[in-house]
Amino acid sequence: MKPIVPKKHEPIRIGFYICHCGTNIAGMVDVEAVAKYIGTLPNVAVSRHYKYMCSDPGQELIQQDIRETHLNRIVVAACSPQLHEHTFRMATAAGGLNPYHFQMVNVREHDSWVHTDRVEATRKAMALARAAVMRVPHHKPLEVKKVAINPNVLIVGGGIGGIHAALTLANAGKMVYLVEKEPTIGGHMAKFDKTFPTLDCAMCVLSPKMAAVGSHPNIHLWTYSEVAKVDGYVGNFKVSVRRKERYILEDLCTGCQECVNACVFKEPKFQDEFNLGLGKRKPIYLPFPQAIPPVTLIDPEVCLNFKRGRNPDGSHTVSDKCKKTCVEACGDRKAIDFKQQEEIKEITVGTIIMATGFQIFDAKRTPYYGYGIYPNVYNALEIERLINASGPTEGELVMRNGQSPKKVAIVHCVGSRDENTNRWCSRVCCLYSLKLAHLIKEHTEAEVYNFYIDMRTPGKSMEEFYNRVAEEGMHLIRGRVADVYPDPNDGTTGRLVVQAEDTLTNKILKIPVDMVVLSVGLEPHPEAENLRRMFNLSCSSEGWFLERHPKLAPVNTFTDGIFLAGCCQGPKDIPDTVAQAGAAAAEALALIDKGHIEQEPNTAYILAEECSGCKSCIPLCPYTAIAFDETKKKAIINEALCKGCGTCVASCPSGSIVQNLFEDAEIFSEIDGVLAD
Amino acid sequence: MSKPKVAFYWCASCGGCEETVVDLAEDILGVVEAVDIVLWPVAMDFKYKEIEDMPDKSITATLLNGAVRSTEQEEMAHLMRRKSQFLIAYGSCAVNGGIPGLANQFTREQILKYNYEDAPTLGNGGQKIRPQLKSTEDGRELSLPELHNVVRSLDQVVEVDYYVPGCPPTPNITKTAITALLEGRLPPKGSVLAPDIALCEECDRKASKPTNLAFTEFKRTHQKLIDPTQCLLAQGVVCMGPATRSGCGAQCLGGNMPCTGCFGPTSRVRDQGLKIMSSLCANVAPKEEGDISKVLEGIPDPIGTFYRYGLAKSMLRRKVNLPANGK
Repeated sequence: MKPIVPKKHEPIRIGFYICHCGTNIAGMVDVEAVAKYIGTLPNVAVSRHYKYMCSDPGQELIQQDIRETHLNRIVVAACSPQLHEHTFRMATAAGGLNPYHFQMVNVREHDSWVHTDRVEATRKAMALARAAVMRVPHHKPLEVKKVAINPNVLIVGGGIGGIHAALTLANAGKMVYLVEKEPTIGGHMAKFDKTFPTLDCAMCVLSPKMAAVGSHPNIHLWTYSEVAKVDGYVGNFKVSVRRKERYILEDLCTGCQECVNACVFKEPKFQDEFNLGLGKRKPIYLPFPQAIPPVTLIDPEVCLNFKRGRNPDGSHTVSDKCKKTCVEACGDRKAIDFKQQEEIKEITVGTIIMATGFQIFDAKRTPYYGYGIYPNVYNALEIERLINASGPTEGELVMRNGQSPKKVAIVHCVGSRDENTNRWCSRVCCLYSLKLAHLIKEHTEAEVYNFYIDMRTPGKSMEEFYNRVAEEGMHLIRGRVADVYPDPNDGTTGRLVVQAEDTLTNKILKIPVDMVVLSVGLEPHPEAENLRRMFNLSCSSEGWFLERHPKLAPVNTFTDGIFLAGCCQGPKDIPDTVAQAGAAAAEALALIDKGHIEQEPNTAYILAEECSGCKSCIPLCPYTAIAFDETKKKAIINEALCKGCGTCVASCPSGSIVQNLFEDAEIFSEIDGVLAD
Repeated sequence: MSKPKVAFYWCASCGGCEETVVDLAEDILGVVEAVDIVLWPVAMDFKYKEIEDMPDKSITATLLNGAVRSTEQEEMAHLMRRKSQFLIAYGSCAVNGGIPGLANQFTREQILKYNYEDAPTLGNGGQKIRPQLKSTEDGRELSLPELHNVVRSLDQVVEVDYYVPGCPPTPNITKTAITALLEGRLPPKGSVLAPDIALCEECDRKASKPTNLAFTEFKRTHQKLIDPTQCLLAQGVVCMGPATRSGCGAQCLGGNMPCTGCFGPTSRVRDQGLKIMSSLCANVAPKEEGDISKVLEGIPDPIGTFYRYGLAKSMLRRKVNLPANGK
């Protein structure tokens, strides 16, 4: 149907509708009174209230009124535009009008939900509705613009979330750039021994997926790399990626590790990051045997062929003092390059998936548990490495003194559910603590004491897992640990006493143990704040990336074309991360396969006749959408790049930039409407 | 056919606008020839009574300069409105309140007290005498006009047909306006008779304006040796050009001084000061509050800088929220 084009000087005929939203709005706002009042305002031809405006009959009501009473403007007072502006624009269009001859009023989030005085809430609804009724006559017919979408996808973070999303998209035939900060993908999951509740080996399920990423023709895997800059918008993001120097040429390295064996350091001597410092590595190393890509790297801080310390630009200088046995071993492959420099790669992608994960809580922030003070206090991730067959002890759980523990305490909620550190529940700790209890007992036959606040085991098969572990003879003590201190009856072995109140028996317990395991919670990644700025995302107050809607858009962000997967959005276990990664991939695919982006026409444009070419607007545009036309000596806005933020409009000193849907006349009449009481 | 009648009147103004009429030089003779001047207090002797006795609308056009800030001025504004077919706000004060409008930063009491009691230059042998509305001298009663609470532009008092901006309006736009008037080639009522594009358009220094100003400091004209070829904003000197109507030929820039904004905003802008502040402040290089404040310290009098001619008409609230002419 061709949209009805309003004739010039055609009288404005507004249809006004206020929604009850069940009792959400009608419970606090006298919708009947609002409808009656708005009906008395100039230009209003129809004024109604209805139980659910978003329902089919509600939308049909609008369409019918447009047809029968020749409305040419529609105002709906209901919930937030975020939820239903699109719905009502479509209803307006279905009735035969231009969808932008519509204005939405939020009388739910902005009114009924936040007020307690019915009379005042009704008065506010009237004021907000009056503002829209005064604004909408100025609305102009606008058209949705279509912009082509680049089919490539950037995935930031190569943990299980990033890996799963990358494979899903690559298998669907899309080109994926997977950027990982560490030298290998795998993330936290690669460090785990077994996974709850099935107790299958983490690496057994993860490594085939890692290998698939490494060999997939549709995946550009860039490890030891970081995103440096992001410009552009959905469908057309321009991203700079910094590929740090690993001093090994990725294309030439075969992963044979002969260089590692040949290193002048005969024994591993330096702290091994992958094993959280519990093991040692050489200056040239592969983080772990199944690392992807299977490419070694050199640590210039300790390699003898480099000078110590960094240059002011952050680079390292070759000293050439080493015998370079590694180069010899590499031979004709010539994969070692001490002169390698970091490289900036520019890519264009249409969509981005953030899978940047989390960090574990630093247990030093709860000094009363003795982490970093007593050698026999460990965090849970360290235990994962110690009981892992490929870990520094090859799966033998021994303490720093080389002894196997006979009694182990596991302290839940370290850095979770705690007023002094983090208030949130990290969701995975109860279950991984049970898993560790099981594994510790399995490995050492030790007595294991779990101190918990509440045992939280939601999810499929989780409660069953809890029962299974409980039946294995664990001591499950409901009480928060108050203190961990050296056993006064013990001088040398480093034995500790764990003090807690058992809240079920109201007894103070002081249990001597050999080893304390702190079940540390999950925290936002330390880079989250930088990434948030770079990618223009929102964060919750805790620092997790904010989803667009907690229920209906859990993997979308407020920036179109950027999606979330895994723990960067909040603590979650592996199945949930994988599910979310799949959802994020599907959302990206939905955009890509549509082929184009429909752009909200709230863009700004320059009045070419009136622009004096003062250039004030150009540097202010956050989307670099404004350029200076050197022949006409005037600014021009690239409509495809404009996101409608309004910065240039507000700052144009001669008022020569206009923004669709936010023209001065529209805004000023809206203000007049709100204030005219 | 009788010649069209024209009147010139002044309210709260400095007299500069009257000068401009004379600045038409030999062209003034053409004007004088073409019209019948019925009122021009600065140059000739007329009595208000003569105007009062004229039939309504019998004056073709009145060019009224100056803001309205006293009872006498308000009375004359109404009188001239009644007698004229076209009432033209002539010059910045009549158009936007002008320099006298800056008085709206103070209450009437503050102004009277300072000027008649506290100012260090007061004479009267130390006597603090305020002007009296009525006084008796030799048995005759004398009266003075009363000062309003606020200064207003002409159109805040009576309906205005056209606007000729400038402090003072330049001879070229004065001539264009008078010619248009006499020839009956007039734009829609309410128009400003000057180009509707900002001054940068006609500024010789436009090409030297960089894309990214990124202000790190602001300097006033006496604090800096100004390069006569470069954009003043690029030199850190506040220039109102980007927010000001053109039409003056960028004369101040020609004299190596920044535009101070006397032609007022374009038709698309409600508040000239707000607009230039949005633009300049958004282009300040530092992004932290303390550093921003340091840069802005270079503008010690923002009202006098950004609202030099437009405070009375701006969206800013006045110091006093009293009726313009009440007590």
